[in-house]
Amino acid sequence: MRRDVFQAIADPTRRGIIALLALQAMTPNALAEHFHTTRQAVSKHLRILTECELVKQEHQGREIYYQLEIEKMKEIDKWLEQYRKIWETRFTQLDDVLATIKKQKDEK
Amino acid sequence: MQMDLIVDKQTKTVSITKEFEYNLSLVWDAFTKPELLDQWWAPKPWTSRTKVMDFKVGGRRFYAMVSPEGNERWAVQKYTSITPKTNFKFFNAFADKDENPELPGSDWDLNFSEQDGTTRVSISIYNESLERLERMIELGFVEGAKAQLKNLEELLAKLLQ
Repeated sequence: MRRDVFQAIADPTRRGIIALLALQAMTPNALAEHFHTTRQAVSKHLRILTECELVKQEHQGREIYYQLEIEKMKEIDKWLEQYRKIWETRFTQLDDVLATIKKQKDEK
Repeated sequence: MQMDLIVDKQTKTVSITKEFEYNLSLVWDAFTKPELLDQWWAPKPWTSRTKVMDFKVGGRRFYAMVSPEGNERWAVQKYTSITPKTNFKFFNAFADKDENPELPGSDWDLNFSEQDGTTRVSISIYNESLERLERMIELGFVEGAKAQLKNLEELLAKLLQ
């Protein structure tokens, strides 16, 4: 089952994991220590993030390291960026309208 | 001034907050009078064309976002609650040119407050489905960058798989 990316990043712990993995690849144990939680809990979050292709596993010897799928994160950024742009454009235009009507009122 | 935009997937809500250095009644007018709304609602190069607007509870705004090529994307906003210069709510749905709504729609809740001549606007948009939110983006997106739009469509298709 493919999971919803936005659901994946809605959880604060998962966002924390993403933030940490952005700095370096980490093992589930190292992540669990960071969040003062169990390895099981971290593994569950990692499974969801993996299903969304936000992180991927890499075997180094006997250890499994998790690392960020940078391209996928960029996609989310881009999606939100589009939406943000719509509102920024709108509000810039609104600012102009407000300036115009204020001027008209002041002149009366 | 800085705009805050938060997408909360769990509550299916987008929250947008923005402050304007103008007094409340001016900002309220810009949000509630069709001739003013049409001047800023559509991100350029789209234009907003309000066909009907009856700003009262039970009333509606029926309008089109018009692309530079003249394509019209109609939507209807039905006002469900109005507290003058404080808050208004509407139910928004895309529609055809004969005003038949396409469901599901979204619930909008707009709050206005003024402090020291600065007006804060907080908008929260509740969407029943993520698909709809994405469609909203797609429709509202500036058509000038067609290539970008194509990218976005591909991206959304991927995210929806």
